[in-house]
Amino acid sequence: MDHAATPLADLPLDELIVCPQCDATYRLRRPKHGERATCSRCHTALITPRRNAGLQIIAVALAVLVLILGATVFPFLRIDAAGTSNAVSILDAALAFGGPMILLSLATAALIVFIPLLRVMLTLYVLIPVVLDRPPARHAIPAFRLSEGLRPWSMAEVFAIGCAVALVKVADLADVEFGPAFYMFGALVVLVIAQDRFLCKWSVWQSLEHPKKS
Amino acid sequence: MVSMAVSGTPEKILSARELGLVACTRCAKPWPMGTETCGRCGHNLISRDELSLQRVWAYWTVGLMCYIPANVYPMLLTRTLFQVDESTIIGGAIELAQYGNWGIAFIILFASVAIPLGKFFAVAYLALSVQLGWVTSQRRRHYLYEVVEYIGRWSMIDIFVVAILSSLVQLKTLASINPGTASIFFALSVIFTMLAAQAFDSRMIWDAQAKDEGPNHHD
Repeated sequence: MDHAATPLADLPLDELIVCPQCDATYRLRRPKHGERATCSRCHTALITPRRNAGLQIIAVALAVLVLILGATVFPFLRIDAAGTSNAVSILDAALAFGGPMILLSLATAALIVFIPLLRVMLTLYVLIPVVLDRPPARHAIPAFRLSEGLRPWSMAEVFAIGCAVALVKVADLADVEFGPAFYMFGALVVLVIAQDRFLCKWSVWQSLEHPKKS
Repeated sequence: MVSMAVSGTPEKILSARELGLVACTRCAKPWPMGTETCGRCGHNLISRDELSLQRVWAYWTVGLMCYIPANVYPMLLTRTLFQVDESTIIGGAIELAQYGNWGIAFIILFASVAIPLGKFFAVAYLALSVQLGWVTSQRRRHYLYEVVEYIGRWSMIDIFVVAILSSLVQLKTLASINPGTASIFFALSVIFTMLAAQAFDSRMIWDAQAKDEGPNHHD
């Protein structure tokens, strides 16, 4: 299997990998667990395998799923000033833009709740069969493609920083109490970032293309 | 970290296009030139998106157009017992700074003014550099592109702050905060600049060099 001398143009396509960011073509070399293969021209990470990454991602994704549902249902923040109080959930916050700005409300709800929720469900749907060495789920390929396409539009962590800023703004106006959803959301942000870190896209595509026969 | 290129041999990096291949930008698999969809992940294959720059400029223009009313109209309408206060993005940040919240004022100014303006300049610079066929500083320009792609989402902070404040601060007669007209323009501006950055085909940054050095790598 030593093709070191063969020019790239003569190699079978299965033994090439192309950097999606800069189009540089390389002879495919699989890094060991924990190593990262990067494009030597633009330094984009191409293959980043980790031991038991599949199981770790599934565990994290399940936790994220529970936390998203919890964070949406339980009260998020509560404000008290001079006898009046008001408690809101995350969905209340997302739907704050009323009247002609209802579209902005829907977009906000999608960015902070529904797109992260959809992505975690797609991840579970695609990865569970792969990790259990079963044939891929039906439509697993478009499902994973959608999940990757939605990645930039999943803004839970941006919302978390927004919370911090909003709290400082309100702090001198009234007393603010954190509800259970607030802590759930905090944990959620860390887990969502971990989930994206562990995932090696190339390995997932590879296993969807060549499923193990069970 | 392992580099994909074989170490020791200073071979020239070839692009898939030079090898007569078209690569999938989603799953990194090469196909013979002319293949229309990726056989592995089903993504549409385009060797170089010729219309990419047109889309970049279109989204860029809409984003810039939305950014102007976003700064002119009020972002927050604060009603307290005796007065109604309308504050724009910059006005709100200055107010925070006057109350001594320098850190938060800085975050707001950074996320809502510095990042959007920087993004407009960066995307325009990248698009122009490709249009004019610049050969230099590919690595730096590629890095700039990655920064722009990564940082774009963070401009939504201000929209989320407005959402949290205007749902939370509804204290009957005492005080209430409502979103102003600027919020929708600001959100649109962020979304369109994100689309502009995504429409940019970063592979074109590296093409000028290949063209310049000529096809001297193989027969």
